Amino acid sequence: MDFPQFLQQLINGLSLGAIYALIAIGYTMVYGIIGMINFAHGEIYMIGAYIGLITITAIGTMFGCPAWLLIVSALAMAILVTCCYGWAVERFAYRPLRGSPRLVPLISAIGMSIFLQNYIAVLQTTRDLSVPELITGHLFSFTMDGFNVSMSNSRALILIVTIALMATVTIYIRSTRMGRACRACSQDIRMAGLLGIDVNKVISFTFIVGAFLAAVGGVLIGLSINKINPFIGFVAGIKAFTAAVIGGIGSIPGAMLGGALLGLIETFASAFLPTEYKDIVAFSLLILILLIRPSGLLGRPEVEKV
Amino acid sequence: MITADETILTSARENRPTMLSVHNLQMRFGGLSAVDGINFHVKEKEIFAIIGPNGAGKTTVFNCISGFYKPSKGEIVYGGNDIAGQPSHKLARKGIVRTFQNVRLFRNMTVVENLLVAQHAQLNTNLLSGLFNTSRYRVSEQAALSRATFWLNKVRLRDVANREAGNLSYGQQRRLEIARCMITHPKLLLLDEPAAGLNPQETVALDVLIRDLRETCGVTILLIEHDMRLVMEISDCILVMEYGQPIAEGTPEEVKNNPRVIQAYLGAADE
Repeated sequence: MDFPQFLQQLINGLSLGAIYALIAIGYTMVYGIIGMINFAHGEIYMIGAYIGLITITAIGTMFGCPAWLLIVSALAMAILVTCCYGWAVERFAYRPLRGSPRLVPLISAIGMSIFLQNYIAVLQTTRDLSVPELITGHLFSFTMDGFNVSMSNSRALILIVTIALMATVTIYIRSTRMGRACRACSQDIRMAGLLGIDVNKVISFTFIVGAFLAAVGGVLIGLSINKINPFIGFVAGIKAFTAAVIGGIGSIPGAMLGGALLGLIETFASAFLPTEYKDIVAFSLLILILLIRPSGLLGRPEVEKV
Repeated sequence: MITADETILTSARENRPTMLSVHNLQMRFGGLSAVDGINFHVKEKEIFAIIGPNGAGKTTVFNCISGFYKPSKGEIVYGGNDIAGQPSHKLARKGIVRTFQNVRLFRNMTVVENLLVAQHAQLNTNLLSGLFNTSRYRVSEQAALSRATFWLNKVRLRDVANREAGNLSYGQQRRLEIARCMITHPKLLLLDEPAAGLNPQETVALDVLIRDLRETCGVTILLIEHDMRLVMEISDCILVMEYGQPIAEGTPEEVKNNPRVIQAYLGAADE
């Protein structure tokens, strides 16, 4: 592979990885605090994409307003509605099961995932819906050694928004009061409750933050690949979960690293090998990391709790 | 002379208001009775110790009082209500907080963060004010920090304020755990073997600290402890347990000379 092609794959890989990372944070935060895998999280992302499309269609046909305003309102609406979904999923499908064996909420999560998928399929049909191409043009595009290297504006937007959101989440968790409470809960949730922290509030908060990020990911991917269907959440959810595990589940920087890594590896794999191999390579990486470093790249080894 | 002092102390004790009374407490695990027939009263601003050989059921009594266990029988009266079986986080809000035999700090957070997070319930937390760093948020955060600093000074942990709690020495961790309890303004502090694992100098410093908590913060202290020197030094009243049952109660002097207690600790003389 020559340099220009490498550069192009790097750009593609990073923007794909950014979406994985956005979703992976939702998995990792929830796992960090209540120790369960929220398998409905991919569906939350899919719902975000749909709400974005619905908003764009509704506003676009009514006023014909500028593209940037459409994008901003699609993001705002998607975040608002998706956060409600994120909160409701926890409140009604997981909270009543808290304290039961670990398998029980897991099954409930799988049920929730199937429910949401089919609920959207019934409301919006299972066909691919096309998302209007609101972001056109390229941030840059040049020819190097006869190979065209370019970065579309939609991919650039994904990268910029993702980096900004990750920085915000990191700072929020590290230095605010609610972030402190989240970290305390992730270390010893019972003790946090004893010290008067409202544990239910913290858990709801993590689901809402996860849904927020997933919604942004959903809207941006819709604007970037211009079509969505009710099943995009399943694949993206599994990939993002893989990213979270690679990075070390429970660790937020780990989710970011895992997302970027998985996006890059997948993209390079499809550049070198036939495209069909990309998932094989991605999941082989998962198995490899679990064998060599079961706690993930940045995860802390499991400490026995007494 | 000692006896005269004791009389004054005991008569004063009778007149003080009661903070906590335990009536006929029983805790069974299946067929096994871990604790049975426990009765005692803790007076306000008192240092009350529960002692006994290993496995006597002391921690079980603690777990019942602090809401970790629901007692099988009996009453635990605090603030005029029977609190037996209430969940621990509710009791914490009513002013009953405890430490643990195996220290339970947030090990990956810094020392000062451990003290800040304990104030979470007292601070009015709005999700967005932290993000936008409003002035009200900053003021209350500053106040929380100065309370944390006060306690860091008190338990001599100022120098290690920014270290991860898990990296502290055992004695420092124990002091931090006490400070973290105290910052929630408890009325009744339960200390489960606060001197375990401490060296002799640290234990002496613990005497001073526990007395200071009672004097300056007006907190009532109930403790379990194996270190007899510490117990005899600071306690106003001692309950001795063996095999889940009370065998003696009284001032350190009374307990020390009680033949039942000596027998429990040293074994019976040949008969």
